[in-house]
Amino acid sequence: MLVLGQDEFAKYPFLADAGEYLKDKGFTLEQFGTDPDLRMLIDKAFERIQAAADGAIYKSELTDGKVTSEAALPREVFSFLLAIVLLKLCGMRTLFNRFALAEARRAEKYLERDLGNIADKSREDLAIRIIDDLFSVRIKRDGDDFAIPVPDYLKYSVNFYEREWKLVNRRVYGGLVYLTPHETIRLLRAELGVYIASKITRARTPQMIQGFEDHVGRLVDLAKKFATPVVYTGEYPPCIKHAIDVLERGENLPHSGRFMLGAYLLSRGQAVEDVAPLFKNAPDYNERVTLYQLNNLAGSDGGTQYSCPTCDKLRTQDLCFATSECDGITHPMQFGRKK
Amino acid sequence: MNETDVVFLEGLFKKYYFEHFDLIKAPERASEREFGYQRINSGMNRHISLADDEELRLLLAQNIPSDVYCSNACYAFPAMPMKEKDWKEADLIFDIDSKDLALPCRASHTVYVCNECARASNADKCAHCGSAKTEKKSLPCDKCIDASKKEVEKLRNILTDDLGVADDMIEVYFSGNEGFHVYAFDAELQKTGSKERSQLADYIMFNGIIPETMGMKRHRPDRSLLADLGERGWRGRFARDAYGSKTGRTKAATQMKKDPDGYSKFESQLADSAGRIGVKIDPNVTTDIHRIFRMPGSINSKSGLSKIRCSRLDGFDPYAEAALLDDVPAEVSAECPVKFSLGGQKFGPYERGRITVPAYAAAYMICKKLATTA
Repeated sequence: MLVLGQDEFAKYPFLADAGEYLKDKGFTLEQFGTDPDLRMLIDKAFERIQAAADGAIYKSELTDGKVTSEAALPREVFSFLLAIVLLKLCGMRTLFNRFALAEARRAEKYLERDLGNIADKSREDLAIRIIDDLFSVRIKRDGDDFAIPVPDYLKYSVNFYEREWKLVNRRVYGGLVYLTPHETIRLLRAELGVYIASKITRARTPQMIQGFEDHVGRLVDLAKKFATPVVYTGEYPPCIKHAIDVLERGENLPHSGRFMLGAYLLSRGQAVEDVAPLFKNAPDYNERVTLYQLNNLAGSDGGTQYSCPTCDKLRTQDLCFATSECDGITHPMQFGRKK
Repeated sequence: MNETDVVFLEGLFKKYYFEHFDLIKAPERASEREFGYQRINSGMNRHISLADDEELRLLLAQNIPSDVYCSNACYAFPAMPMKEKDWKEADLIFDIDSKDLALPCRASHTVYVCNECARASNADKCAHCGSAKTEKKSLPCDKCIDASKKEVEKLRNILTDDLGVADDMIEVYFSGNEGFHVYAFDAELQKTGSKERSQLADYIMFNGIIPETMGMKRHRPDRSLLADLGERGWRGRFARDAYGSKTGRTKAATQMKKDPDGYSKFESQLADSAGRIGVKIDPNVTTDIHRIFRMPGSINSKSGLSKIRCSRLDGFDPYAEAALLDDVPAEVSAECPVKFSLGGQKFGPYERGRITVPAYAAAYMICKKLATTA
């Protein structure tokens, strides 16, 4: 269990237990709705969510990782805790995720500074302990860098699509991946977001509190602007077109390519009987085997329905033939979706 | 396959399982694994749970399988359908197949068996009936095996130096056909999922590398960032391959500053190097965490050879050591336009006709559709 000082609570308010913190400070939620001196903290909490919704990071009243005045500390922590209360009351999940990510990015800044603080070993230790406590990742300093075990690195980096995060583009020796303090924290940003989001999800939803109604209503309106209509063009992505071309020419498509094609078309709602004829030109075509495998892919016997592999996996398998129309998609099923 | 060939092969397999059961060991945590087997001319039987070696022996004796498999994964309920098995972890396994190396010698030891008239030819269009529906069959080749061994060595170095796998936790097996299976046992890597293993596969294949990793920048390149020959990991390997010497590196650095197309040329150089220094594993095998793998010691029905452990790559001749079926003389009708070595003897080429060869060689040609007992 981490023991935190007041500066740490201000930097990492998500580590505080909301109920206990309020009780320790002698407040109830109702007081924030009715007490004119405390109501401004709801405004601050709202601003914190609004900044997150706009893709910005809430500007803290901290200088060099320390609270600037005695009064700033409760403002920092309360505005975070009240933001969670507002989010729970409005119930808009899209705001939960944006808020969690923005707060993770905010905390990331402080964690990075603490981790890279050579002058103050206690701050580095604290950052290392937070990482260990929250994510069970043991990192250790090695010169200017931090070393993280390969399996831990992979666990978090697989969700990154930028090529520089691929393991092959990292320095890897003796089972460890070497990262700068900035990269170490960046690696864990999404996980920090997941942690904060889970904190919001797990928090109890209170009954509507007098004085919170107006802010909650404004949050519901705010969330509406994130609903984006999606239109499908109906075109196949180039990897699928290529696989169909190969089969039409009567050439051999590797097993992985057949898996991709079958899984893609079945996921697009085509029936096994409609997909099977595509494979007729394959040099080793066998109707019985083809139907068996397609039924297996479709989960027809009550088993798992397989999904088409991601673009990253298709690149590994040499099945990706990306064009500019792919436009940064990460999965063939996303092709042709115009927002 | 015709009935007489099935009877012939099953007789040999039965004797093999009886005499060589000591080679077939149920793996660690056998009761948490899924087992599977195939018989000649029949489909796959899987989702089988076995407690120990004794139950495995019984399965082999009762079914005389042509191929026996065991999952790399451990499950809470290995005999349940896939989605109910409750995956725990999986051994990390790499497959190096000589066909993926695409060596120039390949054409000289590949034969084509016609799906229409069942005759063998040297070309992908049947020389006898003209049909284009032919199946490729590759025969033993020392060059291919030597090249595969080099890939195994490269893989072993990356596993130990970069990924921290202990050398004594790496086991190498001849696959029983044309390549090697490499098992890397590491408690933490065992727990990684398919997406993580895809990254590992790319790492080992030197796939997806960007010039910046090797110190090349698109704008204003800085020679001091270029990878050095003495560095560890991929930077060192690439520098040694691409520059060869310190002088070579200095030359490349000077050239890089002058050349406006330096970045794209560097990308081509990376791709060239990847072909030489990347390990040619099959990524689909490494990333599959629910796969059932041919069991060590079992027979590979593509060849009638056994999947055997290879403790030392140096001097290991799989085609001499893995031909473990009976060596009694057997008469078959064979047509094999390419010569091959097996069990320390040379065979072929055979024009269509009756020949008498040791049973393991007859089985090999039958498995490759190049002979029949009929």
